[in-house]
Amino acid sequence: MSCMEIIADYGLRSLGIGERLLPRSDFTLCHQFTLIGSGLIWNIYFGFLALVFGFFAANAIALAKSARSPWARKPAEWFIFVFRGSPLFIQFFLAYEALVLLPRAGFEIPLGFITVTLETSWLSKAWAGALIVLFLNTAAYSAEIFYGALRSIPKGDLEAADAYGLTGWAKFRRVQWPTMLRLAWPAYTNEAIFLFHATTLVFFSGFPAFRQQGDALYYASYFVDKTFNPFVPYPIVAFYFILLTLALIGLFGIINKRLNRHLPSNARAKFKLRPQIIR
Amino acid sequence: MFAFCADPASLEGYSWLICYLTTGKHLDFYWSFVTVLTLLAVTAPTALAFGFGGAMAARSPLLPLRLLGQIYTGMVRGIPDIVFFLFFVIALDQGIEWLVHQLRCPEWTDPIRNGLEFRVCPEAKVPNNSAPQVWHSLYGFALAVVTFALVFGAFAANVLFGAMQAVPRAQLETAEAYGMSPRQVFRRVLVPQMWVYALPGLSNLWMILIKATPLLFLLGVQDIVYWARELGGSKTSAYDYPHPDWRLYYFLGLLVFYLLMTKMSERVLARVQTRLSHGQATASGEAQRRAEA
Repeated sequence: MSCMEIIADYGLRSLGIGERLLPRSDFTLCHQFTLIGSGLIWNIYFGFLALVFGFFAANAIALAKSARSPWARKPAEWFIFVFRGSPLFIQFFLAYEALVLLPRAGFEIPLGFITVTLETSWLSKAWAGALIVLFLNTAAYSAEIFYGALRSIPKGDLEAADAYGLTGWAKFRRVQWPTMLRLAWPAYTNEAIFLFHATTLVFFSGFPAFRQQGDALYYASYFVDKTFNPFVPYPIVAFYFILLTLALIGLFGIINKRLNRHLPSNARAKFKLRPQIIR
Repeated sequence: MFAFCADPASLEGYSWLICYLTTGKHLDFYWSFVTVLTLLAVTAPTALAFGFGGAMAARSPLLPLRLLGQIYTGMVRGIPDIVFFLFFVIALDQGIEWLVHQLRCPEWTDPIRNGLEFRVCPEAKVPNNSAPQVWHSLYGFALAVVTFALVFGAFAANVLFGAMQAVPRAQLETAEAYGMSPRQVFRRVLVPQMWVYALPGLSNLWMILIKATPLLFLLGVQDIVYWARELGGSKTSAYDYPHPDWRLYYFLGLLVFYLLMTKMSERVLARVQTRLSHGQATASGEAQRRAEA
């Protein structure tokens, strides 16, 4: 079997397309690269969507945390504390156990003349349940970053905004928010990188892999179980993740450049990779 | 545990709960919290030592040593930690067995890596197949500690290397001007000064270490996650204490445990930071000086 055939058979295996059974013997390097790469699709799916939704939620939570009213501040503080103070692993387990407790048949909501059934079974599947946990988790971590940035906006910038007569929403949109993003961006790049790394936890987290459609680490540990040789599959995962990390650094670097375009080059915030790892 | 627990079927209400929470398995569950705390207590200093070694190696004037240190500190940056955890444990396990195999069974001719299997002679199994269960658990725990120490050592090396760089150059030059040798400068000036720069990073690491302890479960140690799943699963009436699926409550308990741990650490570390900042030429040290004056 040539490598191209293997890629055709297993390239999209993690989505359920292609060969139904996983290879059982004669594992070539091509098998391992293809299947693990196919699993990486899930990691990218989780990381990307959680990051996109989490970005908006994090903005809102950061604003709530810096609000003066305790009704907005306290819930935001608690949300951030709970999600940053406990292991993601436990959050996954907890979410899974909570989501399977939902009635399997769904909720029946009577609306007078018609009854709407709210399906809930999809929530206990990895693609939705794990995504929700990752989304809440990254929202909490990013909110803390944004909150810190919001508080370190230079006083002069705010005074300048006042001098121009900007208030309320206009002041926020034209001065505070861009500055916050600019200050937070290097730290947020780290958050994005380690969110992608955290997606490897998903298929260890109670959410079952449906029809052997798992993420990169799922296939890697499948190979390790079959071959008793950790020296090939895990470095392949590492290789893929280094590529992913480099791509993220590149992408976020472009955005960083745009956020800093009005500044002289020596005053720009530089990105520095800080390992923050396990959540 | 209590005398009135002799017949669980007749119990009700609070006495049922008390008896349920003091069964042998629950006591094992409570001991597994001690396992986690032991892991933290053993790993933190070990990782710090590894990190110190790594940071010193990365600063070394000798090229091979410096490269080694830089590779060690650099390896954790691009790769998910969990891959390390899974990889190291198996690699260490196989490495140890391979070494013992070479020592004890030199006349063994079968290939060790035979197709899909990793096979060493029976005498080289660590711990021995006939060893009591306790040794197997201890060995698993030791492997976990070494893995944690290696991975967190790399993170600590990163932090300490940065902290060593952050000590103001002028301090070191002053020490040199006083005629101290490089070794003396390192021991008397650099190391005492660097902690205040290292502490934010190290406390971050400590938080991460706390939150990494559930990974013990993935390494096959019977830790709190293992017991929470075991005890929480629904028990039919074949058991003494039948109950439906309570895993949610067990995991809630774990969540609270971790939240308490992080909150307490936050408090303690904040105090240490205040103590370390005393008399330092940093913003918080300056703020303390002003407050006293």
